[in-house]
Amino acid sequence: MRRIAFSLAAPVGAFVLTVIISTIALWIFGSDPFEAYGDMLGHARKLETQVDILNRATPFYLSAVAAAIGFRMNLFNIGVEGQYLIAFLVAAQVGGLISLPTVLHILIIMIVAMITGALYAGIAGVLKTTRGVNEVVSTIMLNAIAVGGLIAWLQREWQAPLPEQFSSSDLGTNPIDDSGLMPTINGLLEIFTREVGQGKELTGMLLIAVLVGIGYHVLLNRTRFGFDLRASGINPFAARAGGVPPKRMVVAAMMLSGAVAGLIGVVELADRGKFPPDPIQGLGFAGIAVALLGRNHPGGMVFSALLFAFLDVSSGVLDTTGVASREIATIMQGIVLLTAVVAYGVASRVKERDEARTAAEALAADASASTETVGASA
Amino acid sequence: MAPAIELEGITKRFPGVVANDNVNLVVERGEIHAICGENGAGKSTLMKILYGMQAPDEGTMRVNGEAVSFSSPIDAIDKGIGMVHQHFMLADQLTVLENVILGAEPTHGGGRINFTEAEDHLRSVADDYGLKIDVHEMVETLEVGERQRVEIIKVLYRGAEILILDEPTAVLVPQEVEALFENMRELRANGATILFIDHKLDEVLEIADSITVLRHGKTVASLPNEGVTAHELAELMVGSELPTPATAESTVTDTVALAIRDLTVHDDGRAALEGVSLSIHKGEILGIAGVEGNGQGELVDAIIGTGDIRNGSIELHGENITRWDVRARREAGIGYVPEDRHHEGLLLTSPLWENAALGHQTEAPYGSRWFIDRAGARKQTEAIREAFDVRTPNIDVSAHALSGGNQQKLIIGRELTANPSLLVAAHPTRGIDVGAQAAVWDQMRQARADGLATLLISADLDELIGLSDTIVVMLRGRLVARLSPDDVTPRDLGAYMTGAALQDMTSDGSAA
Repeated sequence: MRRIAFSLAAPVGAFVLTVIISTIALWIFGSDPFEAYGDMLGHARKLETQVDILNRATPFYLSAVAAAIGFRMNLFNIGVEGQYLIAFLVAAQVGGLISLPTVLHILIIMIVAMITGALYAGIAGVLKTTRGVNEVVSTIMLNAIAVGGLIAWLQREWQAPLPEQFSSSDLGTNPIDDSGLMPTINGLLEIFTREVGQGKELTGMLLIAVLVGIGYHVLLNRTRFGFDLRASGINPFAARAGGVPPKRMVVAAMMLSGAVAGLIGVVELADRGKFPPDPIQGLGFAGIAVALLGRNHPGGMVFSALLFAFLDVSSGVLDTTGVASREIATIMQGIVLLTAVVAYGVASRVKERDEARTAAEALAADASASTETVGASA
Repeated sequence: MAPAIELEGITKRFPGVVANDNVNLVVERGEIHAICGENGAGKSTLMKILYGMQAPDEGTMRVNGEAVSFSSPIDAIDKGIGMVHQHFMLADQLTVLENVILGAEPTHGGGRINFTEAEDHLRSVADDYGLKIDVHEMVETLEVGERQRVEIIKVLYRGAEILILDEPTAVLVPQEVEALFENMRELRANGATILFIDHKLDEVLEIADSITVLRHGKTVASLPNEGVTAHELAELMVGSELPTPATAESTVTDTVALAIRDLTVHDDGRAALEGVSLSIHKGEILGIAGVEGNGQGELVDAIIGTGDIRNGSIELHGENITRWDVRARREAGIGYVPEDRHHEGLLLTSPLWENAALGHQTEAPYGSRWFIDRAGARKQTEAIREAFDVRTPNIDVSAHALSGGNQQKLIIGRELTANPSLLVAAHPTRGIDVGAQAAVWDQMRQARADGLATLLISADLDELIGLSDTIVVMLRGRLVARLSPDDVTPRDLGAYMTGAALQDMTSDGSAA
């Protein structure tokens, strides 16, 4: 009971605080806060908006899991951004060159994306273990190398053959056959709901994200690797004395994180069908925020991914209705993150004290009970 | 004349514990006053309150008759109270003078340090109190005892007339202790008041004018040092009969469990351990004596697999494990009780059952090749809790919620229940109360009787002499003596530890 109260106090507190601050912010900017909230929530009730939110939440969640794997062992993989973009490009190129039966084709693309992400992240891991390069610095550099150099160059190298007269829609890698694209799952959704309109399609990668979440939970809590990973994060010295090989863990965690990051590329690939000249950027950084808000917890990150996706989609809504400026959604993402970090910090301190106190109380009660018996028998 | 310090009804509560419960203390001016008590009796908390590092929940403090309340050590220093911490806070790369004036530098104005004035002041302080020190010496070249003197001068320089010394003898060998006591007498003769924490009773009886004993946060006695015996003091401290570390008859067998040959280990590029050879038999406890930092840490690292081994070999039951990693060694049966349980022993924010699994997660009942066996681990943790008397409401609380003694019992329990064939125990009873200490000793003796080979490192010389079958002394990375605990006193050990006594060692580690 107490435990549930503790785990709920922080997010509820953060939420209330966020609403208060956002209301003040909206009010200062001259918008009617309640009208804005009304618009955001009103749209979120529509099935089509919900599909949008889920489509957005899927890469957010994968990105958050990728970041969380590193965070759990105090490894800050800031390079999810570069890892998924590289993985996206390589998987698109490989997928575009081969044609295979559908399941196999999708599987190959996913594996290629994961391997690419893992290898690219692995560079930072190897640099850290062999040369002592801090992973924050190296992953940031690797992001710059990926986005500014490698991708720009490979995009040109891997440009699909262009016809005489071409438009911008011809730019990009070879389009992948339908057999290689993760199908949408509107059919699955419509079992529970009405037909989805406005040509909205729910990405099939949502199912993969769910599997990744379950896998992350099992890995962390049931496997030896997960135990070693968490132990290394909590106390690397105790972990090492307990037989956890520190270097191997760093490289393994980095690569696993990169592999999950690679899957973000597959989400985008399913949507775009090739590596376009204007791939979406920023999902990797958003994942860090989502992981932070979700406390690296497989369930917690589901909520935070949905919240971030909701705010993201709402910014579009506000833009059309004109009730408030669209940036307010980004501001709210920032505020919720900040309040959450503070609230979790306070909650964990309170919990720690409470635990020490209850433990001591239980023992004191024990001790006095036993002295009483001694007294009685004497 | 009003006493230098008067504490009345001091109470300090921490979550779950009352560290000080209505403590009263009167320290007269110009006396040496000892505070005795077991670990956890509340001595350190009391000193922290007196030095302004913590505020009491209840009670009054008077310094030289004036009621005071400190919000930080700065207030305490203002009232002439200075504290010398157990762990020195000195910058190695600066001279004695620079260290002493650090944070209290006299300037010419404009921020330029007036070294002439500083040196004059330092010299006059040192002369006033009869302390000898070379002010231009680099601190890194000083011996431990000299460093302590620098710390004392540091507080005197700031105008302190009341000195608090926190376990000043803990880091010293017997010969250095005598030098310290000589200094303390000089200080007293020149008008200083000294309050010091110690739990070595012979030392207390030698130097103190009056003694206050704390137990479970309460003052149980405050008496002048006249006619009181060490035994009486000890009983006041413990409140019951005293445990002793002495072992029963020898259980040493002929089977060699661990054989180290000509081992050289580097730390930060320099040889911290050089050409060390030793062997431990089944059923034997080999004690390592030595002032901290003479290569014991590196020896432990080399055995458990985290050391930078440059030369030599380590054999466990005849198998060469020199190049094995930590996990392989632990699976081969090496148990490890680290020197600092918070640093290398525990996952403080994890539940007890995960802590019990740490280091054994690859083996039944805690886990298998790929998975953690939660049910098995929990069952085993319950068994440890039962057998090793780990006092906890349940095995799901985080490790930090346990007292130091119970944390240590958990660590000893997890290592011994994993059926090790070699136990590396570094300071296994450091910082735990007498009850837990006796329990740990019992467990180690029992394991020894069952044929466990143990490498014991301890700064507690009584523990070392009491538990060990053989004692070797380490000095500057080498083994310098091999002694029998039956005919050695802590004083003799101290002589070997500082290099005052020498013994020829042959390369196989036995005395010539």
